[in-house]
Amino acid sequence: MAWALKDKYAIAGIGWTDFSKNSGRTVRSLASEACLKAVADAGLKVSDIDGFVSFNFNDSVPAMAVATEIGVPQAMYAVDFLSGGNAANLITLTATAAIEAGLAKNVLCYRAMNGRSGFRLGGGRDMAAHGITQWTAPFGWITYPQAMAMWCRRHMIEYGTTAEQLGEIAVQFRKNAGLNERAMQRAPITMDDYMNSRMIVEPFRMLDICLETDGACAVLITSKDRAKDMKQKPVYITGGAYGGGPNQGEDWFDAVRWPDHSHNYAKYIAKDLWESSGLTPKDIDVAQIYDCFTYSILMQLEGLGFCKEGEGGSFIEGGRIALDGELPLNTAGGLLSEGYIHGLNHVIEATQQLRGQAGARQIKDAEVCLTTAGAMTCGSAMILRN
Amino acid sequence: MNAYNKPLPYLDPESRPFWEGAKAHKLLLVQCRSCKTHRFPPTTFCAKCSSGDYDWVEAKGTGKIFSWIVVRHPVPKEVYAAEVPYIVALVALDEGVRMTSNIIDCKPEDVTADMRVSVTFRDVTPEITLPAFKPVKG
Repeated sequence: MAWALKDKYAIAGIGWTDFSKNSGRTVRSLASEACLKAVADAGLKVSDIDGFVSFNFNDSVPAMAVATEIGVPQAMYAVDFLSGGNAANLITLTATAAIEAGLAKNVLCYRAMNGRSGFRLGGGRDMAAHGITQWTAPFGWITYPQAMAMWCRRHMIEYGTTAEQLGEIAVQFRKNAGLNERAMQRAPITMDDYMNSRMIVEPFRMLDICLETDGACAVLITSKDRAKDMKQKPVYITGGAYGGGPNQGEDWFDAVRWPDHSHNYAKYIAKDLWESSGLTPKDIDVAQIYDCFTYSILMQLEGLGFCKEGEGGSFIEGGRIALDGELPLNTAGGLLSEGYIHGLNHVIEATQQLRGQAGARQIKDAEVCLTTAGAMTCGSAMILRN
Repeated sequence: MNAYNKPLPYLDPESRPFWEGAKAHKLLLVQCRSCKTHRFPPTTFCAKCSSGDYDWVEAKGTGKIFSWIVVRHPVPKEVYAAEVPYIVALVALDEGVRMTSNIIDCKPEDVTADMRVSVTFRDVTPEITLPAFKPVKG
C-alpha cells in the first residue's frame, strides 16, 4: 500500500510567526497568525478555507478554535491529531485525503506551540508515573533528550558512530541558520564549540539537542487545478508515507520493545514513500530531515536508503550535506538551529526552496525536496516538487 | 528528613503484581500460558499468539546491558540535582524481554555494551521498591 495521490495536490500557501523563547501570546493567537499569513500568501480569502488539520501534545488549541478566531464561515473538516513530530507530514497527507474524499477544498495545516515559555517537551514529563510511564520515570528516564540518547548509544555500539560525526551535523545546520532571518540561533559554531558544549545526557551534548521554541507554522493544501490559479507557484506533493514498524510502543516515549534503536520509522516507510512518487534517493535535490536531535538525521538517511544501515555517520562527513554539497540538508538550520515548530517548519523551508524564495541559502535549480517528520518509532515523510 | 520526591509508579490492575513482587524482592514477569513467551511491560494479551491467559513468573534476575545513558544534567533540577550523574539502562533479561532500570555499584565510565548484570532491590518508600541492576563480578 502506498499513498496514491501523486501530484494531485499542492502546497499553495505558507505562513509563520516569529520564532522566540517567549512569545508573550496565546497559542491560539500564534496559530491564527500563521494561518492568516498562509491564506494571504496563497492570495485567498478566509472564506475560501473550509478545512483544518493540526496536531498537538495537549499544548495547543483545536482547529475549531482557530477557525473561530479567523472567522471561517463553515469549517467542514477540522481535525486534530494527538501526536508528536511524527505527524508533521501526516497532517498534510491527511489534508490531501480529505480533499480527495470531498470533505473539504482548501485545507490549512498548522502546528502552534509555546514550546519554551509554555509546555516544554524537553522538560520533565508527568512526575506521577501512570500507565506506561511507570516503567521508565521511576528510574529517572524522563525527558526526550534522555530517550533519544538511549537510541543514539545503540548506533554507537553497532556501528562505531562518533561524537565528531554528530558534531558535523550541528555545525553545518548552524551555518545554514546564519543565512535564515527566521532562525533563532544564527551565530556560527565550530567543532570545538560542539565538543566543549555541556554534556546533558551521555552521549548527547547541549548542541545535539534542538531549540525549544514559541511559534507557529501553517501550510495551505489544495488541489493541483486550484493551486495553478492562486498567487504562488504551486509546490506539488509527489510522494508521501506515514507509519512505523512493530512494537511502536504505548506512547511517544515508550520504545522498550522496539527491535533496535539503531534504526527508526524511516526504514519501515521507505518502500511506500519511494513507490508513491516513483522516485529514488538519487532524485532528491535537497532534504529537510527531522532533527529534534543530531542523531535522528542518521537513522533517516539510512532508513530511506541514502546510504546503507550504519553508514550515516560517514555519509554526512566531508561536506556532503552542505549547501553546496551533494545532498544539502536542513537548509534553514533545522530544528537544531532554526527552531522547533515540531517539524512543520521543515515544510515551510521546502516550499521556499522549491519556489526559489530561499534567498542566500537557495539551492540552485532545486526541483525535488524531501521532508520528514518524526525520530522514533513512527513518522511521516513527503516528496515535494515544483 | 527528606521525603522521597522522585516519580513513583502508580499501580494499576496490570502492574500491581510486579510492584508487589518487587516489594518482596522478587523480579516478576508475565508469561503467556499458551505459547510460554515472556512479556514486559505486562499487558493483558500476548502479542505473539493473542492469548489472554498468563501467569506471573519469577525471572532469573540476570541479563545484559542493551543500551545506556548517563544523565549529567538533572531534570527536574530540584529532584535530580543530588543524583547526577546516574545511569539508566535498557537491560535485556535472559528471559528475552527488556526492562528499563538503573545500573548501580558501577562508575559511568565502566559501563559497556553487553555487560552482564544482576538484579538488586531498592526500598525507596515504605510502599515502593524499585529494581536496579549491578555488574556481575568476574
